[in-house]
Amino acid sequence: MATIHIDGKEYEVDGADNLLQACLSLGLDVPYFCWHPSLGSVGSCRQCAVKQYRDKDDTRGRLVMSCMTGIQDDSYISIEDDEAVKFRASIVEYLMRNHPHDCPVCAEGGHCHLQDMTVMTGHSKRRYRQEKRTHQNQYLGPFVKHEMNRCIACYRCVRFYKDYAGGTDLGVYGAHDNVYFGRAKDGVLESEFSGNLTEVCPTGVFTDKTHGDHYTRKWDLQFAPSICHGCSSGCNTSPGERYGEVRRIENRYNGQVNQYFLCDRGRFGYGYVNNADRPRLALLRDPSAEEADITLSVDAALDRTAERLKRARRVIGIGSPRASLESNFALRELVGAENFSTGIEAGELERLHLMQRMLRESGLPTPSQREIEHHDAVIVLGEDLTQTAARIALSLRQAARGGAVELAGQYKIPDWNAAAIDNYAQGYKHPVFMATVTETKLDDIARGTYHGSPDEIARFGFGIAAALDASAPSVGDLDDDVQRQVADIVQVLKNAKRPLIIAGESLRSNAVLKAAFNIAKAVKGAGLNGSLTLVPSEANSMGLAMLGGESLDWAIKEFAREEADAAVVLENDLYRRLPAKRVDEALDNVDTLLVVDHTPTPTCLRADIVLPAATFAEGDGTLVSQEGRAQRFFQVYDPSYYRPNDQTHEAWRWLHALHTTIEDRKVDWTQLDQVTLEVANAVPALAGIVDAAPNASFRIKGQKIARSPHRSSGRTAMRANLSVVEPRQPQDKDSMLAFSMEGYNGTHEPRQQIPFAWSPGWNSPQAWNKFQDEVGGSLRAGDPGIRLIEPDADSDTRGLGYFSDIPSAFQLYHDRWQVVPLYHLHGSEETSARAKPVQERTPDAYIALGAADVETLGLDRASKVRVRVGKHELLLPLRISSQLRRGVIGIPRGFENIPVDIFGEWARLEQEVRA
Amino acid sequence: MSSLYSDLITSDRAEALKYELTEEERAEIIAEIGHYENPRAASIEALKIVQKRQGWVPDEAIPAVAEVLGIPASDVEGVATFYSQIFRQPVGRHIIRLCDSMVCFINGYETLRGKIKSELGIDVGQTTSDDRFTLIPVVCLGNCDKSPAMMVDDDTYSNLSPDNLMSVLEAYK
Repeated sequence: MATIHIDGKEYEVDGADNLLQACLSLGLDVPYFCWHPSLGSVGSCRQCAVKQYRDKDDTRGRLVMSCMTGIQDDSYISIEDDEAVKFRASIVEYLMRNHPHDCPVCAEGGHCHLQDMTVMTGHSKRRYRQEKRTHQNQYLGPFVKHEMNRCIACYRCVRFYKDYAGGTDLGVYGAHDNVYFGRAKDGVLESEFSGNLTEVCPTGVFTDKTHGDHYTRKWDLQFAPSICHGCSSGCNTSPGERYGEVRRIENRYNGQVNQYFLCDRGRFGYGYVNNADRPRLALLRDPSAEEADITLSVDAALDRTAERLKRARRVIGIGSPRASLESNFALRELVGAENFSTGIEAGELERLHLMQRMLRESGLPTPSQREIEHHDAVIVLGEDLTQTAARIALSLRQAARGGAVELAGQYKIPDWNAAAIDNYAQGYKHPVFMATVTETKLDDIARGTYHGSPDEIARFGFGIAAALDASAPSVGDLDDDVQRQVADIVQVLKNAKRPLIIAGESLRSNAVLKAAFNIAKAVKGAGLNGSLTLVPSEANSMGLAMLGGESLDWAIKEFAREEADAAVVLENDLYRRLPAKRVDEALDNVDTLLVVDHTPTPTCLRADIVLPAATFAEGDGTLVSQEGRAQRFFQVYDPSYYRPNDQTHEAWRWLHALHTTIEDRKVDWTQLDQVTLEVANAVPALAGIVDAAPNASFRIKGQKIARSPHRSSGRTAMRANLSVVEPRQPQDKDSMLAFSMEGYNGTHEPRQQIPFAWSPGWNSPQAWNKFQDEVGGSLRAGDPGIRLIEPDADSDTRGLGYFSDIPSAFQLYHDRWQVVPLYHLHGSEETSARAKPVQERTPDAYIALGAADVETLGLDRASKVRVRVGKHELLLPLRISSQLRRGVIGIPRGFENIPVDIFGEWARLEQEVRA
Repeated sequence: MSSLYSDLITSDRAEALKYELTEEERAEIIAEIGHYENPRAASIEALKIVQKRQGWVPDEAIPAVAEVLGIPASDVEGVATFYSQIFRQPVGRHIIRLCDSMVCFINGYETLRGKIKSELGIDVGQTTSDDRFTLIPVVCLGNCDKSPAMMVDDDTYSNLSPDNLMSVLEAYK
């Protein structure tokens, strides 16, 4: 800590910060552009100048750039000094010289950092009368729009895109007052994190194209604190709604999770919420009737569904890892725990339970995304993180970059001095080792890579554990060069202060997980202060495994054996989990198939009865992320406000109403908190979820929290096409949020749940500063969510022992290839794949072969390959991988028309001769 | 960029295949890389090597150079657009670099520029229609004591005046 005097007042600040951070953390307004809490300082824009005095008697002082000036104890500063004020005003005037007067048509307007800073510095009149420099814009793909004339050359975009996110195709060109930020040529931005440019850019050079297609000003959007459902990372988001449509998704700051950044799936994958083909009404399908679907009133739907379920011999409920804990629990209550399936395939469910045991019993804690950044050696086993849990890949990059920060730190270069660190460290990184089946987009930060089949990756991991701890089972027959690589890694691990082991579900391999566990246990045994990160496949996989329930295979078998004749499927497409044939055979035996879902999946299309469920945007619930963090997402809008007939409700509401209708009793659960509490009471492992967010009675100064900004306009007219009588705003009994601009939206009172970031004078995402304990730190009320899984204290003595079922070496055949799953951020996830912009970025399904196999087989680059796996036959275009090992082929998983039961199996290949 | 994902989109790699560096150019660039700890440091020299043969650096050459250096094309493009002496458009057979910095400016830069304009018909940034000369400005040739100064290709000329300027240029066919 240090004491500084600012404009005559004394403050205690963190002595490791720079002056700008210190001032902002104190809540003082100093304008800035190039500095960013996550990107550090480069001192290029000159906007944050303040006066620094030699001592308390110095009256002249000198101007310094606050972002480039470290804190000195007992120093004297002035923000309000006349010269400093004038200097800052002149900088904005320079920066604004070429800036167009296009705020009214600019998508950034209303949440623009440049607007905020221009107002803050008092520059209200343009004196520049000469011609402005203009640029041509580039096509950058379906996500990000480019408008270079607005650029003020702060360099934040390239610093984020290249330095922070490891992108290679965005650069800065030209010199002096004529610089251009863009790609070397028009084309799609290749980074999985390109959407963050829209928030990192202080003005409207990079804006959200998906938002632009149905644009609404920030002040006219209705927001809610939400959780991304795109993968298991648990990133916090702020979806914005207008007229019953989600219009955009912005990042929501959580100091322990995603901080300022999201991946492009999370930001641009929301389109499925707005799709016209969603079921919005309860439907009854009577195959004997002539007419197709019969829509029902809510009461009729409940009565007729209850009647059919009552008639059934036995009802089995199939839950879903993409649905909330509350909805899954409501289903479990409806059908009874003995009839409840998690809806997860048996192998995956087994691995989820294994993961949870590992997290409790390896002895190593699992880090938050923020904590991942603070590891100094990382081993990744099997996961192509950029495609399966992209935000974690971004954290991993920061862990690697931590090497540069640490190295520079030894020479007293502070961690915020970004340019000096990069100059000094010359790309030095903390060691990251990647063992994956193919090349990945983290290879550029890897000190070493290993490529093999899933079993070989497991053997590699087992080898590391054995080399670290002689008592761990050894692999025996590892090749010499692999042994050498293992020895190198072990050396690095032993020298590390905080090593991290990462594995996950994507290869569907128990062996890979067990190998990761052995390494973790060996790390713990060696007395190293390590961590273990395990990545399940879906948003609530962790939560569902904690809730418990049988596998989907069990449920399917029960139907096949005619042990049950009715199924209630909750937000789950069974065809994505088990072979279509098995699902079909089972469902043929089901007399009543009730599907409660928001998306017309193939399962939903087979249903006898469909009840329209809420997506994340229309409902609330709790999810458990990969680190075991329970987080609540809140309803963004009430769909029936604009569509009075819309019957969309949270699945738990439907299921509970159905339950009470069947039992002919009154509804018990009238609000979310009751359900959450019941889950917590029923499942000890989930007891903590009650505290994942404040309950519905939470008030600030007697007020609810506003979902819309103060200036939200047109409320009286918004529904005028339906009725000129303005109805009462929807009442939200489930949460502390109001569907209104009335309510608390300030920064002074601590609160975790923040629908949108705004503070007087701060309209851009930089307003998050105002909610934090220190800029870039944690929210003052604590970061949202609650962690449910911590390692057992006695794991050393009572926990799992080393696994010894090490797979045997890979067997190469001349006529058979093992099929491994490959993943794509855009395309492999079910719901986002229904968003049009994501579809534009999704490749056609393909078969990947290693270069050596392509040569041996004499395949033509442009050819198609016929793949026979079991009874499946696929004709796929060829894609050549530089790293895929011989004898292994990769096929993208989660894609339409790619069967689910080919992975891990052996395939025969045939080249399709082109006509 | 990994090949597996790059097929999705127009990649730098595919661009690089469109432009052929000669064997000599490639060898020279690799030799330059050997002088530095980091291949990136050879960016300027690599671009000069391309410019030496062609007289300028076409857009298609950027990914080709980037591939040899093993760095992103956007980085090479950044360097190639930053330095005014890396030409990104075709230039004439001879380059006139006329100094426009302080001392030369005072001592007659503008007169010389006018003379060139009237005699050759080109202003700064332009090339004669017969592709003989391209005129570009340059900032200080270190000859302020003998200003105004200019370079034509690799030769430096000092104490220029409208009277002796054209006879100097006449030597360059």
